[in-house]
Amino acid sequence: MLDWLLDPFSDSLMQRALLEVIVVAVACGPIGVWVLLYRQSYAAESISHAMLPGLVVASLAGASLVLGATAGVLVAALAIALAGRDERLGGDVGVAVAISALFGLGALLALSPAVPARLGELLFGDLLGVTARDVIEAAVLAAIVTVALVLAHRRLALSAFDRVAAPSLGARPGRWELALLALLAICTVAAVRGMGNLLAVALILAPAAAALNLAARLPVALGLAAVLGALAGVLGLLASYHWHVAAGAAVALAAIALFGVTLLLPRRDTLA
Amino acid sequence: MAVIRVDGLAGGYAPGTDAIADVAFALEPGTIAAVLGPNGGGKTTLFRALLGELPLRRGTVELAARPAYVPQTDRTRHDFPVSALDVVLMGAYARTPAWRRVARADRDAAKATLDRVGLADRARRHFGSLSGGQRQRVLIARALLQDSGVILLDEPLSGVDATSAARIEELFAQLRAEGRVLLVATHDVEQARRWDQVICLHGRQIAFGAPATTLTTDVLGRTYGDELVILPGGERAIAVEHHAH
Repeated sequence: MLDWLLDPFSDSLMQRALLEVIVVAVACGPIGVWVLLYRQSYAAESISHAMLPGLVVASLAGASLVLGATAGVLVAALAIALAGRDERLGGDVGVAVAISALFGLGALLALSPAVPARLGELLFGDLLGVTARDVIEAAVLAAIVTVALVLAHRRLALSAFDRVAAPSLGARPGRWELALLALLAICTVAAVRGMGNLLAVALILAPAAAALNLAARLPVALGLAAVLGALAGVLGLLASYHWHVAAGAAVALAAIALFGVTLLLPRRDTLA
Repeated sequence: MAVIRVDGLAGGYAPGTDAIADVAFALEPGTIAAVLGPNGGGKTTLFRALLGELPLRRGTVELAARPAYVPQTDRTRHDFPVSALDVVLMGAYARTPAWRRVARADRDAAKATLDRVGLADRARRHFGSLSGGQRQRVLIARALLQDSGVILLDEPLSGVDATSAARIEELFAQLRAEGRVLLVATHDVEQARRWDQVICLHGRQIAFGAPATTLTTDVLGRTYGDELVILPGGERAIAVEHHAH
């Protein structure tokens, strides 16, 4: 049994993949908890989709994926703002139109026969193909997100828990909601290399939803989401190694499976 | 000396339209003032003005202290993973640097305020699992931890159980004795009659003064319009619709 668990990680390729997925999960889990508490799961889905054209263009130009993703998010924000201004569309429809258009454009570019085959990996990630540089980039971004979340913890909590009274308690909800979306964008950029544009959102939302099913207290939920995300990463990589399935997809499914398990467990309303 | 002085206040969010106008009153330390008015009449808007969140068009607002605000319990998130004590501790967040833990003195004070509202034994309970009245008392404890001389309460007695209502009214009397000023939005005319001052609003200020002079059929009629019902025997009742926020 121990061999079954440890043998896969004797390989440097799997070691890098493990490091990448743990680093990303530690940031994605807690940010996912906040995303769910702010009821912004649609934003999480949208942001990862919207950055695809930026990622593709960066890959084609040989530029940094981080730079491409950032540009993609900025273009998406502009497109959403413009679409939302059209009274015939309205806010939600505006977001849907802008995001779908950008994702379609990104997919068109990524899957075109004229571009290198690896661009397709932007959609589903390539955990086993990450380089040491990818891991370092992800670690820096994850560290930024984690430190920011620690410092913003109380203001984020006030704004999400009691939007009406938050200003009298020292937090401006609109400002902190924007800050959260910015951190979500950074986190998505960190996750996209390993998990891909379509699957990154699973590592953000599923461990967070699982943690919220179990924890009755916020710090516990935040820590548990990080742990469950890392656990999903380990389980997914093991499944990928032993059953020869795609690593990113296996991690995403492991995260969803963990969420499913937590639905069967009771949530406590008194804290130990 | 007045703790709150409002003079000729008018303000609103929509361009060209005042949400509230012609508001003028002054409250001395140790005063409980009822804020009466129909839904949409300007009670919450007045609170927003006192909290500095309403764009003012005319008039002045002078406050001796930054007010603490107690929202209606249904405006908070009951699914949020926090205990009753966590919620009370939020009252200390504004004075706690982001990189520091909440001070031990504030933690002790938070437990003491929970005890004061009669919920010391509920400190570790999930906030959402408490009854409506208990949640309201937790939110009041949070305002007490802010340690402000002025507390604004948005319908704190609406829909709470009898035990909580009695506790809250008892607490109001203690806070008045401590010299604090409470502004309490309410629909209950009989409740307002027991307090010191009454501010009647219907888009603008209809009346301000002691209950005996303000809670007349004429003033209530102008304040509530069609929502005021005169019962057989001369009793007045307010037909309250559920808040549409």
